[in-house]
Amino acid sequence: MPYEPYLTEEHDQLRATIQKFVEKEISPYVDEWEAAGEFPRNLFERMGELGFLGFHYPESVGGQGGDYFTKLVLAEELNKCGCGGVPMAIAVQTDMATPPIYKFGNADQHERFLTPAIRGEKIAAIGITETNNGSDVQGIQTRARRDGDEWVINGTKTFITNGTKADFVILVTRTSDEPGADGISLFLVDTDTPGFSVGKKLDKVGMRSSDTAELIFDQVRVPNENLLGEEGKGFYQIMWQLQGERMIGAAGAIGGADFAYEQALNYARNRIAFEQPISRFQVISHLLAEMKTEMEVCRELTYATAYRFSKGEVPAKEISMTKLSAVQMAHWVADRALQIHGGHGYMAEYPIERNWRDSRLPRIGGGTDEIMKEIIAKQMEI
Amino acid sequence: MAHWIFQDEHHMFRKAVRKFIEKEIIPNVEKWEREEEVPRSLYERMGELGYLGIKFPEKYGGSDSDIITEAVLIEEMAKCGSGGVAAAIGAHTGIAMTNIWKYGSEEQKQNYLVPGIKGEKISALAITEPSGGSDVSAIKTTAKKSGSHYILNGSKTFITNGVNADYVIVAAKTREEPVHRNISLFIVETDWEGFSAGKKLKKLGWHASDTGELFFDEVKVPEENLIGREHEGFLYIMENFQFERLSMALGCVGLGELAIETAKKYSQERIQFNRPLSKFQVLRHKMVDMAVDLEKARNITYRALYLYNKGEDVVTEATMAKVYATEMIRRVTDQALQIHGGNGYMMEYDVQRFWRDARIQSIGGGTTQIMNEILTKRLGIIS
Repeated sequence: MPYEPYLTEEHDQLRATIQKFVEKEISPYVDEWEAAGEFPRNLFERMGELGFLGFHYPESVGGQGGDYFTKLVLAEELNKCGCGGVPMAIAVQTDMATPPIYKFGNADQHERFLTPAIRGEKIAAIGITETNNGSDVQGIQTRARRDGDEWVINGTKTFITNGTKADFVILVTRTSDEPGADGISLFLVDTDTPGFSVGKKLDKVGMRSSDTAELIFDQVRVPNENLLGEEGKGFYQIMWQLQGERMIGAAGAIGGADFAYEQALNYARNRIAFEQPISRFQVISHLLAEMKTEMEVCRELTYATAYRFSKGEVPAKEISMTKLSAVQMAHWVADRALQIHGGHGYMAEYPIERNWRDSRLPRIGGGTDEIMKEIIAKQMEI
Repeated sequence: MAHWIFQDEHHMFRKAVRKFIEKEIIPNVEKWEREEEVPRSLYERMGELGYLGIKFPEKYGGSDSDIITEAVLIEEMAKCGSGGVAAAIGAHTGIAMTNIWKYGSEEQKQNYLVPGIKGEKISALAITEPSGGSDVSAIKTTAKKSGSHYILNGSKTFITNGVNADYVIVAAKTREEPVHRNISLFIVETDWEGFSAGKKLKKLGWHASDTGELFFDEVKVPEENLIGREHEGFLYIMENFQFERLSMALGCVGLGELAIETAKKYSQERIQFNRPLSKFQVLRHKMVDMAVDLEKARNITYRALYLYNKGEDVVTEATMAKVYATEMIRRVTDQALQIHGGNGYMMEYDVQRFWRDARIQSIGGGTTQIMNEILTKRLGIIS
């Protein structure tokens, strides 16, 4: 039965379709892609072809015209594929890099960047973080200077998901010498522009099937048509973008936890120790009940917040609460699931150690736990 | 914007209840805590205002409103700051009378539900005994059929409103076997011969609610006072646990709001090292942790409420709400006390009461451990 009142029969059907796709076209390759440190470009193309990259975008730009919850369903199901890297890379495409183009871009930018991204023909990345600045967006140093009809960009970005293969980057730059929020602007930068280069591919604890890179901008010249939205409004645009990123991060965490819980439950029922399945030991069975309770609590919080967000409200406090609690939950569930697996949980042969490593990142990316708390504290007017 | 489950009529109702509580309950809390009971006049007044019959049919004097309206009352009652006051009212309307409304005869409704809704008669529900609480099947009180009567023998304990009740709904064994099909519910008037209430039990918290030990010595109960069908009491009890658990979760959500508000206010007023406590990041983040915890409890509770209001099976959701919210309130009230420092340990500050009152929530209505046992079965962890 659908999870009312948020989800309908159609969402359940969509979920089943995605599940089938994940089982057939992602899960069998996860080990290979994790080892390679990336997955092939054609996964974007394939998902674009199936319409998976534009569920919530209107048909006029190549999307499916679905409601907001279709994206949540996608994020949940992708996160059950057996790794966090692939779903993260897809989420960058669908929920981090492209929403600002749709929201702030003009028709020409939609045509050049958004529609090809929805089709999976162009891979997108979003460049916010720098070596010295992550959550403190106002302090970024990548500089864009106006030169006639063009802008000249200099600087370095780091921790950029899809960085090695992106066809374009939504780049956050400083366009004024005045410090503060008003001197930030966004640009759409094609990665074949002279002066752009990928520094190095970064090695990570988890999310290994997703490539992460350092991007270098050395006298990169970008036409004024590639300024996204208004000059000087970039900070506010990114703050808006982060809300959607956090929502989808929460949904991904729910899916990842579902995966970990299923693994743990299955293991506990089948693993015999002291002549009985370990699920019959009360501490294990209660632990599983606690894990599931924590998951259901976060699921409802996520859906209730998404419901408001989908109606045009931007409840920043609740969004931060949702992101914070869902990602904490997912990492805790992963840890407990690993514990239930005992020594096997520590072995790469079982998928739980990867879930444990991968679930660590969302407590940092999209704003750390601590940044979430600062935001909530401000909203609570403490 | 508030949660979608509440409509305009609920917001208006909340406003009215809040005003009543601020004016007629909060100023009396200290006194009632000292007296270890709420006065009968509180029931009468709440009956007069229609607060005791929200979900009951109009023909018995109720308002025939939805469960969500009742939920608003429960949340707001918790915010009076005395768990005991809220318990006294909740035990009467939510826990005891609900049995008569759902399973009682027309005559029982006229005789007990109607005066109960008016606040003229106070009710209690008596299940727990020294020999068994959550293990309902272990109760020893018996009711033996004798002509047109049942003869009750046994004792009950931890009974909210036990000392002041005018009638008590009593669970008793009507036969030895089979287990779970041998318990029945009876309405026993407390002035009947053979009934006696012991002293009020001294408790860690919930001081404003009287908690009693009840004794039944050859109490003659007319057969008209059997609720519903004979031997079906266990099922009635289990069914009503859903609402009891849901209402406890709602109470925790209400108290959580109050505890956080109280801590926040204190932290903004209390100056140390030349600045308000609220300027210290660890305390700010502590309050955020409390607020997030509350929000999580609120959402799972409203999920259970939504499904319950729709008439669906909510055993899993109500159990999760109960276990999460009651553990949440322990953490939240404890941290609220911590933020108050030494003052938090003093009876002069309300926060100590929140903390004491919160402690029962993860015990009453089924302990956290019992909740997890239920979940292991419901979730198919243990088949």
